[in-house]
Amino acid sequence: MEVPILKQGAYLIASVQSALSDADLVQLRDAVVERVGKLRSRGVIIDVTALDVMDSFATRTLRDIAHMIRLRGADTVIVGIQPEVAFALVQLGLKLEGVATALDLEEGIAFLDRKAKTQAKETRSRGR
Amino acid sequence: MDDERRSLDAPGSLALPYARSQERVAREVCIPIRSDVDIVKARQTGRDLASELSFSFTDLTLIATAISELARNIVLYAREGDVCLRLVEQGEKRGIVVIARDQGPGIVDVRRALQDGYSTSRSLGLGLPGARRLMDEFEVRSEVGRGTTVTVKKWKR
Amino acid sequence: MARVAKRPPNVPQSEFRSTQRLLSELVAHLRESRTQLREEWARRITEAKLLTAMSNEEIFAEATSVYDNYVEALETGTFEALQAYARNLSERIIPRGVETHEVIGIVLLLRDVLARSLFAKYQADFSLLNRILDAYEPAANRIAITVAVGFVQERERVIREQQEAIRVLSTPVLQVRERLLILPIIGVIDPQRARQLTEQLLRGIRTNRAKVVVIDITGVPVMDENVANHLVQTVEAARLLGATVIITGLSPEIAQTLVTIGVDLGKMNTVGDLQGGIEEAERALGYKVVDISESVAPA
Repeated sequence: MEVPILKQGAYLIASVQSALSDADLVQLRDAVVERVGKLRSRGVIIDVTALDVMDSFATRTLRDIAHMIRLRGADTVIVGIQPEVAFALVQLGLKLEGVATALDLEEGIAFLDRKAKTQAKETRSRGR
Repeated sequence: MDDERRSLDAPGSLALPYARSQERVAREVCIPIRSDVDIVKARQTGRDLASELSFSFTDLTLIATAISELARNIVLYAREGDVCLRLVEQGEKRGIVVIARDQGPGIVDVRRALQDGYSTSRSLGLGLPGARRLMDEFEVRSEVGRGTTVTVKKWKR
Repeated sequence: MARVAKRPPNVPQSEFRSTQRLLSELVAHLRESRTQLREEWARRITEAKLLTAMSNEEIFAEATSVYDNYVEALETGTFEALQAYARNLSERIIPRGVETHEVIGIVLLLRDVLARSLFAKYQADFSLLNRILDAYEPAANRIAITVAVGFVQERERVIREQQEAIRVLSTPVLQVRERLLILPIIGVIDPQRARQLTEQLLRGIRTNRAKVVVIDITGVPVMDENVANHLVQTVEAARLLGATVIITGLSPEIAQTLVTIGVDLGKMNTVGDLQGGIEEAERALGYKVVDISESVAPA
């Protein structure tokens, strides 16, 4: 099942619609990374509201996506992790270390906006 | 039918105490695991089956996640195997048993596979300690060259 | 038609058969004398002032069921039906306030009443009486234990349910401001409660769209490693939902426990007391804390 990826201004929004197999996750990763490069996006929001299970592979892949996107100079934020899924993740001992998370799409966009603002400020002060 | 009857004690003996009931299987569903698609199938079937016992939503997620980890191990290390799901009764208790079986290479060092620092996330290894944390009971049997069977259980509280 | 019990593996065939014969005779006698033995038993129950929560009619009705189940257990050597009956009976009488000693008491009284009737019947043949008692006693004891254990288990189940209800009531997640939740924890936390706290908090974060959570543990006297781990997990899980956690009221002892399990307290957001924690949270949310006495300017 392919995950739809939409462009919203400088950001990409990937909304997972249903359970993803390992192959789906890998496809998502490749698609997002390719799009970020092509469209020069500044941020990616991955909405996992529809995921009822996030296991070690899903977590690893999401981490990889954030990593690869960072290498292209963009930020990633994962949104919509369900309370029960968050509970299972921490019980499993998995950490989404180094990956930003937010409650939902609205918060995710707010996060990216804040980040963009801080970065713009830094660049301006450095340029002086 | 006969095995469920408990026989009378021999005369003169006060043999008891209240005997521990046997575990009885009420339902069983087995899913062959051959590819990553089967992992999703196994965990969704597990979730559906467990919901018949009115497990909490959180518990259902824990069960589904544990199944996902165990099924993935089969795909990663043994190529194929199966996951059997059983609804069981033991006396008053009701629960779900997950048996992940394969005829793969087996685990060389079971003890090490079961180790992990509580907050370690560096090496996810076989995910066995994780699956163990999600469930109430955990047992792994493995023989190098013959295969591995991991059995986990969760009881409805 | 008599149902047949299964011979235990360690008992020789001949011995088993003779025991079975004796039990059949015993069961036949108990069935024959059912009416008078049952009455005798009900009388003894009232005399011993047991089951005072129930009326005489009720006692008699239950006495009949127990008697019949008792005799059937003796006859078949199986206890499933008895267990089921014991559970059912317990479910009915526990809400009536019947206590454990009463249940054990009445079962033992029945045992006595039946034993006495055996003495009366077989008093002429001492050796036969002995053999009958040899068959009767283990089974009767088994029955007493089955009923008592069934009752106790049912009681434990009720208590567990009540504890769960108390737990749910005693862990409120409070929304104090928009996007700010407070979770004051009071009392000793066991792993079960800790788990439930986490679940409630995470759901609360989602429902209230909270960005900051203040967990106040001033009221928690002790915390073992397991629960401390749980606290750490709660913080991590909250982050996955985009919320920051501030922990307040950390006693030196609990701080020590956290350090022992390897928590980097530097990474954990802790503030001395609840008040300070709320202020910190408000700052994080962009609220400004203004002292209004200052803004009242002199004329």
